[in-house]
This record gives sequence, C-alpha cells and structure tokens, in this order.
Amino acid sequence: MDDKHTLMDLYRRSVLQHSRTPHNFGRLDAADLKAEGHNPLCGDKLTVYLRLDGNDILDISFEGVGCAISLASASMMTEAVKGKALSTAQSEANDIIGNFARPDARWNGDRLGELAALGGVREYPSRIKCAVLPWKTLCAAISKTEQTVSTE
Amino acid sequence: MNATGQIPDSSNSARPALDNDRIRGDFPILHQSINGCPLAYLDNAASSQRPRQVLDAIQHYYCHDHSNVHRGVHTLSHRATEAYEGAREKVRKFINARSVTEIVFTRGTTDAINLVADSLGRDFSADDEILISHMEHHSNIVPWQLLCEKTGAQLKVAPINRQGELLLDDCLALMSDKTRLVAIAHVSNALGTINPVERLIPAARDRNIPVLVDGAQAIPHQAIDVQALDCDFYAFSSHKMCGPTGIGVLYGKQQWLERMPPYQGGGDMILSVSFEQTLYNELPYRFEAGTPNIAGAIGLGAAIDYLDTIGMASIAAYEADLLTYATSAISELPGIRLIGTAAEKAGVISFNVDDIHPHDLGTVLDHQGVAIRTGHHCAMPVMEFFGIPGTARASLAFYNNRQDIDQLVEGLKLAIRMFQ
Repeated sequence: MDDKHTLMDLYRRSVLQHSRTPHNFGRLDAADLKAEGHNPLCGDKLTVYLRLDGNDILDISFEGVGCAISLASASMMTEAVKGKALSTAQSEANDIIGNFARPDARWNGDRLGELAALGGVREYPSRIKCAVLPWKTLCAAISKTEQTVSTE
Repeated sequence: MNATGQIPDSSNSARPALDNDRIRGDFPILHQSINGCPLAYLDNAASSQRPRQVLDAIQHYYCHDHSNVHRGVHTLSHRATEAYEGAREKVRKFINARSVTEIVFTRGTTDAINLVADSLGRDFSADDEILISHMEHHSNIVPWQLLCEKTGAQLKVAPINRQGELLLDDCLALMSDKTRLVAIAHVSNALGTINPVERLIPAARDRNIPVLVDGAQAIPHQAIDVQALDCDFYAFSSHKMCGPTGIGVLYGKQQWLERMPPYQGGGDMILSVSFEQTLYNELPYRFEAGTPNIAGAIGLGAAIDYLDTIGMASIAAYEADLLTYATSAISELPGIRLIGTAAEKAGVISFNVDDIHPHDLGTVLDHQGVAIRTGHHCAMPVMEFFGIPGTARASLAFYNNRQDIDQLVEGLKLAIRMFQ
C-alpha cells in the first residue's frame, strides 16, 4: 500500500452509508434458498436469503455481523442482484469475486455501478476477504450448498 | 496495577526511572514511517520487537561460531555448544530454576504445552480430569482437548466474571481426586488479567495436583521466580520477550521431567540406540530431539541479558504507569467499552468502540501508523463469554511511550468521526 491511497479510497461515502444502514437487512421468511458465510478470523458471520420466482430472484436479504466492508458489500450486493435471473446473479458474483482477487487487474468499475465503490479494498490484502464473503455466500445459496462457506 | 498491587503515581514528577529514549534507540524497527506516520507499535502481546543486541548476537553466532551442538570435537562445535548451553543457564537464572536440567528448549509456548500434554498425559485415562480456565489462549485449550480425545479424560473449565477475573473459589472447587493437571495462564493475552497463581498453586499442591502455568504473556512484564511460585511447569516463548521466534522454554520440576517419557524421538535425545533397545539421554536432552534451534537459544540468551540490564522490576513499574495512562486516555473516548477490567492487569487493553468492527478500527489505526491486534486473539471462548466477535487490543512493552498512546488515541478519534 503506498501513501497515495487514503482511507477515503477504502471507506467511500457510499460504503459508509451502506454499512451504517444496510439495505435488505434481516431474515426473509419463506426463503427458497439460503446459505451461511463465516469468516473465522474476523468473526464475521452472515446469512443470505433468496426468494425466487421461477429462476429469478424475487427478493433477497441478509443478516449477521461484520465489519463496515462486509456489511456494505452485502448491502450493495442485495441491491445489485434483486430481480435478476439466478444465472446472471451467479455470473456477476463470480465476476466480482474475481475482480477482488486480482489486485493487478483493472477494476472494471464502469459497469458495476454503485459496486465500484468497493474497489478500494483491493489495496488492503487483509480486508479483501471481508468484501468477498457476502458474494461467496450468495453463490453458495444459489448452488444450494448446505455447508457454511468461509473466506479463510 | 502491577504484580505487587501497587498503583504507580502517574504524575510526571514520579515517572518510573527507565531511560525510554535510550531504549528506543536499541530497536531499529521502531524508527520507520508507516503510511506516512511514525510507527506506534502496540501489538506486543502478539510479538515483541528485538533490540540490536539480540540481532548482533545471532549474527555473531552465524558469522563466527556456528556448528552443530553436543557432537563434534572441533572448535566450532565446542563454541556452539558453549553458547547454546550458556543460553540455558541464562534462562535458568532468569526464572530462578534450581538446575539447568529443568530447562527444556522448545519451539515456543505452544510446543511446550503440547510436550506436557503428550508426555505427562500419556497415562491419563477416562477417569481423569484436566482443569483449565475460561480465559485460556487456544494453545492452552486445544492440546488438552486432543489429549481428552485420545484418553477419554474430561476437560473442566474454571469460570470467570464480567471483569475478566478468574473465580478462584469455583476453580478450587473444581479440583478433585480425578484432577491430573491444572493448566492456567499467568496473564491472559486477550484481557490482560493477572491470574492469582500464587494462591492457586498451593491449593493444588495440597491436593497433589501438578500445575502448568502458561507464562507467555507474563514473562515479558514481570520477574518470574519458579521456585517462589512453586509451579510444576512454566511455559513461555522467546519472541514475546525480545528474543527470536521459533524458540521457547518449558521449565519442569525435575521430579516430573524425570518420570515423563520422551516427547519426540531422534538424535540428541538418546544415549545409545540399537534395534533391540534405545537408552534415552539425561535431562533436559531427553526432550530435545534433533538439532535444536541453536541461534534461537543464543538470541534468547541475549534478550535475557538485555532485559537484565534494564531490570524486570523497572520494566514492570514503567509498564504499569503506561498502562494506567493508556487506560485512562482510552476510557475518556466516547463509546468505549473496555473488555477485561480486572483489578490486577498487565500491559493489555482490549476494547470495542460502539459498534465499530475491530477490523475497521485496525485499518484506520494502521493508516495513522498505529499497529494493534484486532479479532478474537486466539481466545474465542473469551469472546463468546463477552458476547462479541472480537476486540481491538493495544498491548504494551517497555519501549513504548506516551507518544505511542497519544497517537493511538488520535487514531481512535478519527475512527469514531468516520464511522459515527
């Protein structure tokens, strides 16, 4: 990390807003799919719930505890994939996870909309797993994985 | 708030006599910028830093004296052996053990505890119990769980209160005819609590129960006298006391060590080997299989020399003063919740700030050059007891000063402004 990266690149205004008041936070009754994600090192734990209409995500929510980065990532994720087809959501999730994992690759922010604000985390290797956890949990829910996923 | 219960006067006029400027000059790593700010290293409970004297001793050994120990007849082997065994004598003197035969070099505290679990525990059975406390580091929990899995023995856990203090009476009540060992931290790494081992050990002695003290967090902060404590085992790590990583010590009373079977087999731990019968070496070599961490032991010896020149009493007094200063400065911040408020504490301040996640605090502080630990500190049962996923933990050493604390407090103020 060089000195030109400031804290504000990581904790952008929209990231802080989402972490303070996460969207779609809480348990979703009658969820068709759900999965739990756990990051043992941080103690971050979250559950992602999906309600489906055929192959489309009718509704999505999450609940749990986590740092500002994982809460904001989860909150933005629910907004990003709500209403989309499961296959689209899964491919976007894989795309995002791939983007986080490759600090050298250009952060493809243009088509990510609000999610682009999470790009600053790539300068913080120890925090990437915080941003990735909700997306991995979403993938686990979509593939109906029963076991808890972990970013460790 | 130190080991002797004295509360030091924190006014400037009565600050303990310890030349912090000169000491800081001995630690090369402290003199650097992190993210454009001077480094304030407050993660000493995870690992301390090394003075130049320790680095020089290791370099000198490798440049001039290295060979294998206890083997050759040539000059370098002799020098290496002298230096390695010289370090053992320094350790003996530092903790006031009766004899160097009671000083076993290990890879660290974890290895020392595993040695006792494996060796002493070899004849434990389903009728036996091992007693630990709720505030143990995972390294003083998991080896006993493994032993319980292997032997069917039961693990008993002595409770703590909301201040993070051991409930001594409950602990004593858990000792029974079935208890084969009490294993307890001298100082809690997550909470800073100093446990009343000097009261616990005689009570165990009355019941003929040996006591292992995990001294990893106590040894850098106060003088340790294993004969005065009368503990049966005392385990600690070099890297928490300004020595190298990868080396530690198991002190064991001779009467226990001599009846314990070897931990690992290999060279150096034997007198003679044939396919029919192997005779084990005498103490402490019976527990040191293979070529040991010679440079590590020599570095640890140099660290002990260094600590001795300052004096553990001076270090304890200085750190107690700094802890009082830091606790008071941090407590004044809005939304602070201290985790671990025991009456007797050593150099650790664990805290949370409102609902700001410790990792966010850690990242903001790192941007201000302040290194602290965040998370569960390898003490997940402690976190569960307090109903939190983790804490931010600032931990002190004698090379820290009030500027480090002020830098921490300013960093916390910034974090509070950002996240509120």
